[in-house]
Amino acid sequence: MEFIYYFGDVFTPLSFLLLLGGTIGGLILGATPGLSPTMAVALLIPFTFQLEAAQGLILLGAAYTSTVAGGAVSAILLKIPGAPANIATTLDGHTMAKKGEGARALQLSFLASAVGGIFGVLLLIFLTPVLAQWALAFGPSHLFWLAILGVTVIGTLDSASVVKGLLSGCIGLWLATIGFDDIMGAQRFIFHPALGGGINIIAALIGLFAIPQVLTMFAKGRQTDGAEVIEVQRHSILAAFRELFSRTRALTIGTLTGSIIGLIPGVGGQIAGLVAYDQSKKFSSEKEKFGTGHSEGVIAAESANNAMVGPSLVPLLTLSIPGSPTAAVLLGGLLIHGIFPGSDLFDNHPDVAWTFINSMLIGQVLMCIFGLYVAGLAARVAQVPQSVMAAIVLALSVFGAYSVQGSMGDVYVMACLGIGMFFLERFGFSAAPLVLGLILGPIAEANFIQGGMIADATVGKASYFMTGGLNLLLIAVVLASIAYSVWMELRHRRYTTKEEAQA
Amino acid sequence: MKRVIAGAALALMSLTGAAVPEEYPERPLMMMVSYGAGGATDFQARIVTMTAGNEDALGMPIAIINKPGAGGRVGWNWFATQADPDGYTLAAYNVPHFIAQSIKGGVEYSTDSFEPIANWGADPAVFVVGADSEFNSMEDVVAYAKENPGKLTVSGAGLFVGHHIAALQIDKAAGTKMAYIPTKGGGAAAMKAVIAGEVMGGINNLSDAFRAQEAGNVKILGVADLERSAFLPGVPTMMEQGLEVDNSSVNFRGVMVPKGTPPEVIEKLAATVPEMFANSRVSKKMEAGGSPMHIMTRDEVIEMWAQRQQTLNELLAGL
Repeated sequence: MEFIYYFGDVFTPLSFLLLLGGTIGGLILGATPGLSPTMAVALLIPFTFQLEAAQGLILLGAAYTSTVAGGAVSAILLKIPGAPANIATTLDGHTMAKKGEGARALQLSFLASAVGGIFGVLLLIFLTPVLAQWALAFGPSHLFWLAILGVTVIGTLDSASVVKGLLSGCIGLWLATIGFDDIMGAQRFIFHPALGGGINIIAALIGLFAIPQVLTMFAKGRQTDGAEVIEVQRHSILAAFRELFSRTRALTIGTLTGSIIGLIPGVGGQIAGLVAYDQSKKFSSEKEKFGTGHSEGVIAAESANNAMVGPSLVPLLTLSIPGSPTAAVLLGGLLIHGIFPGSDLFDNHPDVAWTFINSMLIGQVLMCIFGLYVAGLAARVAQVPQSVMAAIVLALSVFGAYSVQGSMGDVYVMACLGIGMFFLERFGFSAAPLVLGLILGPIAEANFIQGGMIADATVGKASYFMTGGLNLLLIAVVLASIAYSVWMELRHRRYTTKEEAQA
Repeated sequence: MKRVIAGAALALMSLTGAAVPEEYPERPLMMMVSYGAGGATDFQARIVTMTAGNEDALGMPIAIINKPGAGGRVGWNWFATQADPDGYTLAAYNVPHFIAQSIKGGVEYSTDSFEPIANWGADPAVFVVGADSEFNSMEDVVAYAKENPGKLTVSGAGLFVGHHIAALQIDKAAGTKMAYIPTKGGGAAAMKAVIAGEVMGGINNLSDAFRAQEAGNVKILGVADLERSAFLPGVPTMMEQGLEVDNSSVNFRGVMVPKGTPPEVIEKLAATVPEMFANSRVSKKMEAGGSPMHIMTRDEVIEMWAQRQQTLNELLAGL
């Protein structure tokens, strides 16, 4: 209960001002395409040079929580996911915005974010020592199976058919091999210097999601002379509250999946949203509504990606190992003030540690309040005429891709992938499985090679990858997931043939 | 009218004056770091450049740009082939990384592609084992490695980086063959593998290992450097433990510019930058973060690069 003692520190004038500034700034940075939470936090590090340790961390903690949630704004309104965490949010969120329900989608996403986020931070407060052991339990073999589990999700994720889903997943896996291979340093498919570092995931996200819709808008342009005026429905916050708590299943699945997956170093943050989306789709009674602007999709995805924030800091705060790129940047913020995460942090600088954690808790609430406030206004974006909208999204896409690392190469990558995706979409392929392949490919590969090297030196590949409780558990889940997909596909097929026969 | 002409003349003079090196730099500089934000190189680069805007330093701020990927190859390739040699584009170097990579091939740079300016830090590689490991000295490690050739798993940040060089040197000195496991995700991932017991030992940065030892997670058995470190006075060097391992694996970090940068600019930078590193604010922050500083001038760095090139050529020849 030590954290309650330090709550006062968050509410001193300067600290609270920093918390407000970090939250609002974070929302804006998060909503800007191309600025991932990691970059937003890195941008703020120089400001903390002048501040005391606790105050600097308040700024960084608030910015971290609100950039993750802010990413939902561009994902929902513009279909540009700001970071891998927001991919799943675009699937239903953007469809809702197109129907004029942008306000509802944004309100639900901020409320779900706050619920998930607060749960995640509470886990960080109460269960840190237990969770640290869990984070360490995942070795190369387990991460490999986890990535394979992610691959099995590909088939059922937002696609007309399992086969098309798997095919676009394969394209993603292939794209992931481009560049210098990270372990051996071998060159693969580098036919332009811009590809040396592989496909940048943020640039790819912008290209795959935003560019096809820009092209579609341009293609429509003249025929409809932009007269397609969407009526933006107002939506009361109270109604959003009620809706959120009537969708407890999606909220619970999202929050739990996010917190569990968020813990695993190196994997969690990127796939938490997608896995939660897929799971809540599987358990939902209204499966067929997912992808058509269904609120459960938004709730699951957003509660998951904010629930991951707290647990993702467990390895950093307890073991001094940054488990995600953002955690690595936060480590820098601590080191600059001479504070070492680990027992030193909690024993000798409890004020810093708990003020930081508390600020993330309060930050979630503030983020939610500001988010709800802007939701109604922001949703009007949908009223912008299509021709203007297309130009704005295109400009933001180019800006976003360029700003990732100040390189035109990423802009070319974004444009090529976007144009390719435009044609793939016409054949019923969708971007989400492709992106999942792009994210999971390197994780599966690197851990297989690394695990294989350890195995060859010790017990041999078969027993390294196939024995042990956690390995067997993960393999069982993989098999169950595949069986479920096959069963659903068969059932679906029988269903449709019967319908066709009747027709 | 006269005053207008005089003013114009003055303005013109100041314009032509801009080309004179004394006026350099007249706009902010950019420094490329070939590792991601939050890594040790990025963290240190941000600290050592934070006083660049001071009047007694360059008088202009230095902005850090990250171009991570493939163990640094992406950033350095870009720097060697695409960066403008105008004095406004700097980069951080990591030795022995980029030299070893250029020897192994597949990249577009070598020591001849760059002009060193100054060195700011030296982070030696250390040998770490988990806190509950049965190994208590390098002697134990070597004895085990001799009895079980190829069975001793040792993690490190990647192939052909300082950690790998240190592993190769230990193998050469002791006549052993350890199973070196490169991890993806840099030193942090390699350290996690040691703490979690996925591998039996590891080679890591002194700064990171120091923190992990403070947290009670690892034991540090030896330092791959010529002298003991001020951070770890109790840990003997490899030499003291009878292993002929010199400082070839020490991760030197510093600033360089592309070949072709005007000599006046290089001269100005080489004179100012070491001063900038020596600023007390910088050294305080570096010490607080557990990052060992080691300031070297341009001439010293040129010599160091040449030495490394030679040792690494010999060491990597057999691979």
